[in-house]
Amino acid sequence: MKYLETKNITKSFDGKEIIRDISIYLEKGEIVSLLGVSGSGKTTLFNIISGLSAADSGEVFLEGESIIQKPGVVSYMLQKDLLLPYYSILENVSLPLVIKGKLSKKEAKEKASALFSQFGLEGTENKFPHQLSGGMRQRAAFLRTYLASDKVALLDEPFSALDTITKNAVHRWYLDIMEKIRLSTLFVTHDIDEAILLSDRIYILSGNPGRISHEITVKAKKPRSDDFVVSEEFISYKKQIFEALKG
Amino acid sequence: MIKKFQNITSKSAPLISVAVICLLWLFVSEGELIAAYMLPSPLSVIKAFVSDFSILMKHAAVTLQEAIYGLLIGILAAFVIATVMDRFPFLYKAFYPVLIVTQTVPTIAIAPLLVLWMGFSMAPKITLVVITTFFPVTVSLLDGYKSADKDAIDLIRSMGGSKLTVFRHIKLPSALPSFFSGLKVSASYAVVGGVIAEWLGGFEGLGVYMTRVKKAYAFDKMFAVIIFISIISLLLMLLISVLEKRVIKWKNTDQ
Ligand SMILES: Nc1ncnc2c1ncn2[C@@H]1O[C@H](COP(=O)(O)OP(=O)(O)OP(=O)(O)O)[C@@H](O)[C@H]1O
Ligand SMILES: [Mg+2]
Repeated sequence: MKYLETKNITKSFDGKEIIRDISIYLEKGEIVSLLGVSGSGKTTLFNIISGLSAADSGEVFLEGESIIQKPGVVSYMLQKDLLLPYYSILENVSLPLVIKGKLSKKEAKEKASALFSQFGLEGTENKFPHQLSGGMRQRAAFLRTYLASDKVALLDEPFSALDTITKNAVHRWYLDIMEKIRLSTLFVTHDIDEAILLSDRIYILSGNPGRISHEITVKAKKPRSDDFVVSEEFISYKKQIFEALKG
Repeated sequence: MIKKFQNITSKSAPLISVAVICLLWLFVSEGELIAAYMLPSPLSVIKAFVSDFSILMKHAAVTLQEAIYGLLIGILAAFVIATVMDRFPFLYKAFYPVLIVTQTVPTIAIAPLLVLWMGFSMAPKITLVVITTFFPVTVSLLDGYKSADKDAIDLIRSMGGSKLTVFRHIKLPSALPSFFSGLKVSASYAVVGGVIAEWLGGFEGLGVYMTRVKKAYAFDKMFAVIIFISIISLLLMLLISVLEKRVIKWKNTDQ
């Protein structure tokens, strides 16, 4: 049994099939990316896995149990950072704990603020989102995602809005954090380098309707050093992905 | 430094324009370019205000009461109507046009009817204030709810949040800025609405005082009360601005 698994998910909008027969899986602690061109249905798939929308057919299982149309089980970081402008960073980050209703507001804040330094967010607790840089906002949004569920996180292009330099710093930060928290993660990206750098495995979604055309395992050991992105190994993965995207 | 200077000039600009208007008024009336019985001089208006101060205050207390009760009931009604309409889209479709139509009925025309139905008590005045104030707040709340980010709503849903949770954390906070701008418009209507209702019947209130001094052709007193009503309305709007700044704290934080 796989940790998270989708079985033959198909979805159409207005009679047009967007994704067909998507069967993917995620092992516990794995980081898997989903690479595909714009409009190939990546967000559509995430909306289904997160329970926000229904599939036309197919199933989603977490630890063997169906979670289709059951929001709140896996956490979902949407394509925008979506920090709520009227809440402080601490209020934003602790929001999922408050919504799940198991903790009081105060307890939720205590639990969340204990993680701020680990996530490199110390000192931002009482700031508002517009006072933070893009990179810091992503960190905060990621911590919020982690607090929403420590089982599985779905990240929809989490770093695509950042400039290259910030992105590199955030990638380092992300790899560091993931070494510690080992969150099972499925993430969407357009960026081939990012996919190779961050993932254990890569699915390529292509065609119309979108289908999984390739699956590539990135065997490079972790933690990955700064040199990884300029290594022969990295280039060969990149070639392999280019080929896959071509046909 | 330059910014500070600009800040001072932009803040004093309205004061300067008001001062210029007053000076012009003083010049026109003291120079008797317009007959004093038609346009009393600002000095005699001030004199009238001072001599009638205690009477004005007594009447103002009544009008202010009507305005504030009416405004509060209006806000409450707006909140209920807008929230229910937002929650049930078919109600929105069915009642939005009705809401607009209610606004085309002139206040002055319904005021006498209200007096006929409810008598000379405070009830018709408060009712009129409610009628004039609930609309701007309702519309601004509806627009505010609609402005809520769909993705932010999805975010809350993805955390397992209910419709109520979405309302609490997304819809309501998103609607607040719009709500306050509607509320400011309503506040400016509230006092005037009360005064208009008082014209048509009653024993106390600034509207009643106004009809009395009008009958006596006391133009200086007339002007004094008109200006006084403006000032009360402005103060009410100022109060709401202060409230707004306290509620919407995050907009006042700098980078
Ligand atoms: N609610 C909807 N109603 C109708 N069509 C939709 C809806 N959501 C998505 N689509 C369509 O489905 C297709 C896939 O959209 P989706 O957002 O899943 O793509 P994506 O792979 O996430 O793209 P991007 O990389 O640009 O985010 C698009 O053609 C889009 O227009
Ligand atoms: Mg997308």
